[in-house]
Amino acid sequence: MTISLIVFFLLAAVAVLAALGMLLSRNAVYSALFLILNFITVAIFYLMLNAPFISIAQITVYAGAIMVLFLFVIMLLGAEKLPQNTSIRWQYPAAVVLGVLLALEFGYVLVFQIGGLSTAAALPANFGDPKDIGGLLFNQYLLPFEVTSILLLVAMVGVIVITKGDKTTR
Amino acid sequence: MIPLSWYLIFAAALFSIGLFGVLARKNAVAILLGVELMLNAVNVNLVAFWRYRAPNMIAGQAFAIMIFAVAAAEVAVGLSLFISIYRRRKTVVANEIDLMKW
Repeated sequence: MTISLIVFFLLAAVAVLAALGMLLSRNAVYSALFLILNFITVAIFYLMLNAPFISIAQITVYAGAIMVLFLFVIMLLGAEKLPQNTSIRWQYPAAVVLGVLLALEFGYVLVFQIGGLSTAAALPANFGDPKDIGGLLFNQYLLPFEVTSILLLVAMVGVIVITKGDKTTR
Repeated sequence: MIPLSWYLIFAAALFSIGLFGVLARKNAVAILLGVELMLNAVNVNLVAFWRYRAPNMIAGQAFAIMIFAVAAAEVAVGLSLFISIYRRRKTVVANEIDLMKW
């Protein structure tokens, strides 16, 4: 009981600090690496929530594929260091105000509006098996699954078309 | 057992940090990193609600998997747009990309 609380707070602290480090580091490569740390801690959160398949998918898809793509593009474009003189004057204070406002709204709603959500229902047998998730995806959610695959196909074709470059301007 | 609202507070904190990153960073790639953080916070909420409210239905996990796919597609298209912009303008600073500004 208390060990899970300690693990929760440690993981939450690591995840929030990694997110803050992503925000505050000037070098975009360090930002991406902090975000990988954040994704891995969130994957451990999924394990604590009895969702092992989501946890592994988080590590392989998010922390693996997507972040490798990010790091590759950052290093390809040389975007890790940007000049500091190109700022809009009111952008930073506006971002502080809007972000803090959103956090306060979340806090208000969570603390004062939600009362009876704190108990966890009992876990059924063979919860969240990859087998069960696959069965659900291919039976009940077949149409959203196919739409998602078409979305991925469209994204792939779009990426190829966008980055192909036009021959006429060269 | 950890109360559900702590997971929600944690996800809300991640979402707020991601929103701040989207609003405050000038590097276009860093803006996409903030969007990723926000999508991830939404996923934490989905899985936590599945575990605490409806563990018999696995729909929460199915939705989380679809959000993974959407995030992958979004990152691929966004980064290819930045590469295309970089080829023409030699910049990834968000407020120097003003081709459509009249």
